[in-house]
Amino acid sequence: MANKTNGVRVLVGTRKGAFILTSDGKRKKWEVSGPHFAGWEIYHLKGSPVDPNRLYASQSSGWFGQLIQRSSDGGKTWEPVDNKFVYDGVPGTHQWYDGTPHPWEFKRVWHIEPSLTDPDTVYAGIEDAALFRSTDGGKSWGELSGLRGHGSGPRWQPGAGGMCLHTILLDPSVPGRIFIAISAAGAFRSDDAGATWRPINQGLRSEHIPDPTAEVGHCVHRLAMHPSRPGVLFMQKHWDVMRSDNAGDSWREVSGNLPTDFGFVIDVHAHEPETIYVVPIKSDSEHFPLDGKLRVYRSRTGGNDWEPLTKGLPQSDCYVNVLRDAMAVDSLDSCGIYFGTTGGQVYASADAGDNWAPIVRDLPPVLSVEVQSLS
Amino acid sequence: MIRVVLPAHLRNLAKANGEVTVEVAGKATIGSVLDALEATYPMLQGTIRDHVSKQRRPFVRFFACAEDLSHDSADAPLPDAIASGTEPFLIVGAIAGG
Repeated sequence: MANKTNGVRVLVGTRKGAFILTSDGKRKKWEVSGPHFAGWEIYHLKGSPVDPNRLYASQSSGWFGQLIQRSSDGGKTWEPVDNKFVYDGVPGTHQWYDGTPHPWEFKRVWHIEPSLTDPDTVYAGIEDAALFRSTDGGKSWGELSGLRGHGSGPRWQPGAGGMCLHTILLDPSVPGRIFIAISAAGAFRSDDAGATWRPINQGLRSEHIPDPTAEVGHCVHRLAMHPSRPGVLFMQKHWDVMRSDNAGDSWREVSGNLPTDFGFVIDVHAHEPETIYVVPIKSDSEHFPLDGKLRVYRSRTGGNDWEPLTKGLPQSDCYVNVLRDAMAVDSLDSCGIYFGTTGGQVYASADAGDNWAPIVRDLPPVLSVEVQSLS
Repeated sequence: MIRVVLPAHLRNLAKANGEVTVEVAGKATIGSVLDALEATYPMLQGTIRDHVSKQRRPFVRFFACAEDLSHDSADAPLPDAIASGTEPFLIVGAIAGG
């Protein structure tokens, strides 16, 4: 059942600032606010599900490091909160690109995930990969160090983009269950609110690692779930689109008839838990759409059978990328789908992907897109 | 009173216009000036130097009296002209990237 909403707010993180786009329920006309934090990289910003005016943003720069900003008025004003991300205890080492041990070093916050129930509780996924949590609205952060400490941490290795914890999914029905994903370690699950963790990578196969079916080492790009069926997970891996029907205990490939199964984003329709979306990208060395055609692929069967969605998307000479945090859905009826590109466009479809249009088209490279459905 | 010039991004972050000033009790050093700056403007903590190690961030430089003090000890005395407020202490974002 669709929520009763009368508007949407799209939160866009870019290489040079944040932008906030708003529209009414028709999603035809958009107002653009920004840049917020002009000149800074905004890897991600996201709102609290229980207080939509409470937003958190990850702001960073190669010069001045990491900041976390918080808004209590839907992004009109912001205040910096704590930016101290210190690993718990002696951090130890993980593997470097060449396989040698490398000390864990904080670099940036990739992803922010507000709690489903408390606007002051928020999770942060960082590079080098670790999970942090604040329970005071970002005024202080503490590591959930059971993740790095469960045993395989010294074997984790960075992907090309760095060793980032980029996905955090909070299970709405099983208390304390959290899923996370790390490039290039894989997916992990906690069933005790983040105290202890186990890798959930059985069924993944990655040819670029010495043991293709290893417990860890897989370059997972993104996980997605539908809140009505949190035991069903979808994954865009470096190569392969995967599905789990048992909360990650095992995975099977559902790439099916995709023209290429490399990509970054994956998301689920707000009202149809078997309808999923990906944006196929040519390859890991050619980060752009196949044949210069920007196509979203939709499966209405939870994978395997995919259809290209092209109406309103450029079908020639398009060589942008769509990064892992840059797709989101709204909960209006019908479901809106949104994604941003490294060319600075944010495309939206107000009819579940049948028709697309850019809602803004000349931003800096888009790093993340989130959507809030406002009542 | 010690005058400090911040790079534009940090000036915006601190909601400061132009130079800022800080008071340092005792000897004026890079470390004591940054301590005073971060106490006055807590939002700058971690942006100029690491929270824990207190090491200068790699792309941040410290200039004073036409000298690059970036590699000086945090405990070395700053020039008299800085300590007296005659000249400002410059925190600079290094030119990097395109």
